[in-house]
Amino acid sequence: MWQALKRLYHRLGSPKWFFEISAKWSPWFLWIGAALMAAGLVWGLAYAPADYLQGNSFRIIYIHVPSALLSQSAYVMMAVGGLIGLVWKMKLAFVVSKVIAPIGATMAVLALLTGAIWGKPTWGTWWVWDARLTSMLILLFLYFGVIALHNAIENEDLANKAAAILSIVGTINIPIIKYSVEWWNTLHQPATITLTKKPTMAPEMFIPLVFTILAFYCWFAVWLFARTRNEILWRERRTQWVKKWVRDNAL
Amino acid sequence: MHFDSLNSFFAMGGHGFYVWLCYGIFALIMAVNFLSPAIKRRQILKDIERQMRREQK
Repeated sequence: MWQALKRLYHRLGSPKWFFEISAKWSPWFLWIGAALMAAGLVWGLAYAPADYLQGNSFRIIYIHVPSALLSQSAYVMMAVGGLIGLVWKMKLAFVVSKVIAPIGATMAVLALLTGAIWGKPTWGTWWVWDARLTSMLILLFLYFGVIALHNAIENEDLANKAAAILSIVGTINIPIIKYSVEWWNTLHQPATITLTKKPTMAPEMFIPLVFTILAFYCWFAVWLFARTRNEILWRERRTQWVKKWVRDNAL
Repeated sequence: MHFDSLNSFFAMGGHGFYVWLCYGIFALIMAVNFLSPAIKRRQILKDIERQMRREQK
């Protein structure tokens, strides 16, 4: 058991192994994600009934909730990657952390924009400075901070460490986002999905949401793999296996 | 089907502007996430090929 774990750890730390395995997995995540996204969006946009209060504007939920969830999960992954990099000096963990930041930032932007646009017909305003919206904005700024550190610090080792520390400290914001709708008065509605309670939505509204959430996570894997593969190619550009791979995949 | 015509589908009960604006931004952000690593990859491949040619000389 211990031996197997140790082997797995060394493989996970091996860029070449990750490069090969991610090439095999990517198409699966891409196409399963595409099928889920298509099914979820067609169902959610055209077939699900309208909300009795919000009418059809509630259909924004099928991209708002997945992007908001993913922006937070991605953040935790980025922080965990940073922690693994700091503690066990695993290079690949730092690489994964670094490439998550721009992806997570796009998800936070999507959640904030769709939230603002949804807020206009529902609350009568694009934006309020309440706890949920403000903590989501802080999440976006944390992503910007991590990206800026990587861009600004020339020394890669130092940049990785600084970004890791910022990500780890910033995880304090994640429970604040989650509980913001319970701790403070807010316009934002409480959680749509909880793992412990039955959904408060009708199944024909809820199931397509589950589909699009899974689709977002599948595509996140595709983006993460693609960016990590790029980083690996560049870092290992002087090795024989990369040269051979480039020769075999010439433009 | 919730809507009885294509027009009412696009109108989204008067909320069409908000719904389709959101989905437009969604499409744009998905495209960015798929395309930007692909473009970067082409660039990296070119750079590595140039480096390999230099080494052969």
